[in-house]
Amino acid sequence: MEKKKSKKKINSSTFLLMITIALFAVMYIAGMIIFNDKGFAKPQMFMNLFISNAGLIVIGCGMTLVMITGGIDISVGSVTALVCMSAAYAMENKGMSAVAAVVISLLIGTLFGIVQGYLVTYLEIQPFIVTLAGMFFGRGLTAVISTDMIAIQNKTFLKWANYRINLPFGTYNRRGIFIPAYIYPTVIIALAVVILITIMLKFTKFGRSLYAIGGNQQSAVMMGLNVKRTKMKAYVLDGFLAGLGGFLFCLNSCAGFVEQAKGLEMDAIASAVIGGTLLSGGVGTVIGTLFGVLINGTISSLITTQGTLSSWWVRITLSALLCFFIVLQAVIAAVKRKKKKK
Amino acid sequence: MSNEKKKFNWKAVTQHHLFLPIVCLLVVLLVNVIKTPDFFVISMKGGVLYGYLVDVVNRASELVIVAIGMTLVTAASGGQDISVGAVMAVAASVCCQILSGGQVSTDTLMNSMALAIIAAIIVAGLCGAFNGFLVANLGIQPMVATLILYTAGRGIAQLVTKGQITYVRVDSFKVMGGYIGKCPIPTPIFFAIAAIILINIILKKTALGLYIESVGINGSASRLVGLNSTMIKFLTYVICGVLAGVAGIVASSRIYSADANNIGLNLEMDAILAVALGGNVLSGGKFSIMGSVIGAYTIQALTTTLYAMAVSADQLPVYKAIVVIIIVVIQSPVFRRNMEAWKQKRALRNKAMEGGH
Repeated sequence: MEKKKSKKKINSSTFLLMITIALFAVMYIAGMIIFNDKGFAKPQMFMNLFISNAGLIVIGCGMTLVMITGGIDISVGSVTALVCMSAAYAMENKGMSAVAAVVISLLIGTLFGIVQGYLVTYLEIQPFIVTLAGMFFGRGLTAVISTDMIAIQNKTFLKWANYRINLPFGTYNRRGIFIPAYIYPTVIIALAVVILITIMLKFTKFGRSLYAIGGNQQSAVMMGLNVKRTKMKAYVLDGFLAGLGGFLFCLNSCAGFVEQAKGLEMDAIASAVIGGTLLSGGVGTVIGTLFGVLINGTISSLITTQGTLSSWWVRITLSALLCFFIVLQAVIAAVKRKKKKK
Repeated sequence: MSNEKKKFNWKAVTQHHLFLPIVCLLVVLLVNVIKTPDFFVISMKGGVLYGYLVDVVNRASELVIVAIGMTLVTAASGGQDISVGAVMAVAASVCCQILSGGQVSTDTLMNSMALAIIAAIIVAGLCGAFNGFLVANLGIQPMVATLILYTAGRGIAQLVTKGQITYVRVDSFKVMGGYIGKCPIPTPIFFAIAAIILINIILKKTALGLYIESVGINGSASRLVGLNSTMIKFLTYVICGVLAGVAGIVASSRIYSADANNIGLNLEMDAILAVALGGNVLSGGKFSIMGSVIGAYTIQALTTTLYAMAVSADQLPVYKAIVVIIIVVIQSPVFRRNMEAWKQKRALRNKAMEGGH
C-alpha cells in the first residue's frame, strides 16, 4: 500500500505511466509463462520486440512531441511508405548510394514536417485535417513512384540491415553451445532517439515550452513564449523523426511498396496514448511511448506465437486497449476538473 | 436563391453559401468538356442508362449518404467521424453474413432480407452510439474517439465474416446496388435521394437542425438556453452511423459480397472532403446538407474524370489531397484575414494614387 502513502506525489501522468509499465510487465510475464515451450521466454524474443519495432519507436517519439503540443500527425504511416519507396527507388533504379538514400529519407520527412507545420501553426488549420491530407498525399505519391514492389539489393544497405551486434547474454541450445542474443544497429539508433528526446523534453527551453503550450496555449503566449515558432519546430522535428523512423523501417523490411506501413499512424498514436500522453496536450513522455510500442509489439507477438488466432485480433485488442486508455484519460480529466471546482 | 438571381445581384449570388460548391462542380465538369467530350453523352444500353454522367451520379450515392451524416456530426461536434468507412464494412459483413446463413457463398437467401438489413443498420447505429458516447458524454475529441472504431472496425468486420469474403449471389440482393426491375436508373441513386429528402424533412419539420447548429456554435451557451447538448451530439453520431450502415449495404450489394478490407475504403476522406467542399466550416456550427451533397457529386465527378484521364486508383489520393489542402487553406480564418488586409491595403494604395493626381 505504498501507493496510498505517496498518493499526493503521484500526479495523473506518472499514474498513467505506471499503469502502462505494469501492464507491459504483466503481459510479458504472462506470455513467458503460457508460451514458455514456444520460446517466448528467450532473451532473443525480447530483443525481437525492439528489432521489429525500431522504426515505430522513433516515429512514436515524433508523435509524442506533436501530441504534447495538443496536435496530432496521422501522416507518419504514409511518410514511412514514401520514404521506403523513395529510398528503394533511388538505390535500385537510380543507382544512388545508400548514404544518399538516407539523406533523401530525412529530407522527405522534414519537408512533410515543414509544410504540415506551416499549415497547422501559421494558417491555424486543424492538425487532423492537414495531416489527413498529408497521409493521402504521401500514399498517393508512393504509388506515383512505383506501383510495383521494389526489393533493395544495394550492398551497403544490406550490410547495414544485417549487421548483427551480439549481446553478452543469450541462450544455450540443445548441444550446450552458447548462442548470444543479438540486435541490429536500428535498435541502438531508436534507443538513442528516445534518450535524446527525453533529455530535450526535460532540460531544454524548447522541451519545456512544448509542455507549456500544450498545457495552456493562452498562458504560454502571456508568458512570452513564441508559441507559433515552437509548434512549428515540433512539427518539423516530428517530420524529421518520421523520415528517420521510415528509414529504420526500411532497414527492417528491405523493400518499398505502396501498401507498406498501412495503419502505422494508428500504432504510433495508440502507443503514445497507452504510454500516458494526453490527447489534449501538455502531458506525455517518450519513455511512456517506448513502453506503449513494446505493449503493441507484445500483443502481436503473443497472437502470432499463439498461432490459431487470426491477425485481425491484433487490431481489435489494440483498439480495446486504446479505448481503455482514452476513457481512463477522460475520467482522470473529469476528476481533476471536479477537484478544481471544489 | 431564385429571388437573388432575378435581381442579378452578383454580390448576393457570390455570397450565397452554395455558390462556391456549385462553381467547384462546374469547374470539374468544364475540364471534361475539353478533355473528354463524350463525358456528357447519355445513352441507353441494354435497357439501362449508360454514360459517364450516370456513372458519376450512381457511384456517388454511398458518398452522398455518408456525407450527410458527416455534415451533421461536423456541425454539432466540430470534429469528423473517421470511422464511417469501417462502419460501412461492419454493416456490410453483418448483412451478408445473415443472408448467407454463415456460409462463404450462397445462391439462395438463408434469412429474410428485412432481418439482415435491419440487423446491419442496428449494428451500424450501435457503432455510431459508441462514437457518440465517447464524444458527447466523455468529451473526447471526435477524431480521436472515432479512431478506435477506425482501427478496430475492419477487424470486427473480418471477425463477423470469419476472415473470408462472403458472397450472396441472389438477384433480390443485387437490386440495391443494381436496378429495380426494368427501371433504367440505378437503384443507389434512389437511396441517395431518399436519404437527402428524409434528412431534410427531419431537419426542416423539427427543430433538430437549429439545435445542431446552436450546439455546434456554442455548446455551453446552448446548454444554458436549455438544450440538451450532450443528447444532440450523441444523436448526430447515431444518425451518422445509421447512414454509414445504409451506405455499407448499398456498397456490398453492388459487388454482392462483403469485402471487409475494401468496402468503404478511404471513404471517410472523401466524405470529409465533401463536407468541406460544400462550404461547411470543419470546426462546427452552421451547415448546409445540400452543400455537402453537391460536394459529394463534385468529388465523384473529379474521381471519374481522373479515371477517364487514365490516372491509376493508387495515385488518385495525391490529387484529392491537393484539393483538400487548397479548400481548407481558403477556408482558414487566417488566410481570409490576410486576404482582407491585402485588399484593404490595395484599396488604400489606389486611393493614395488618385489623391496624387
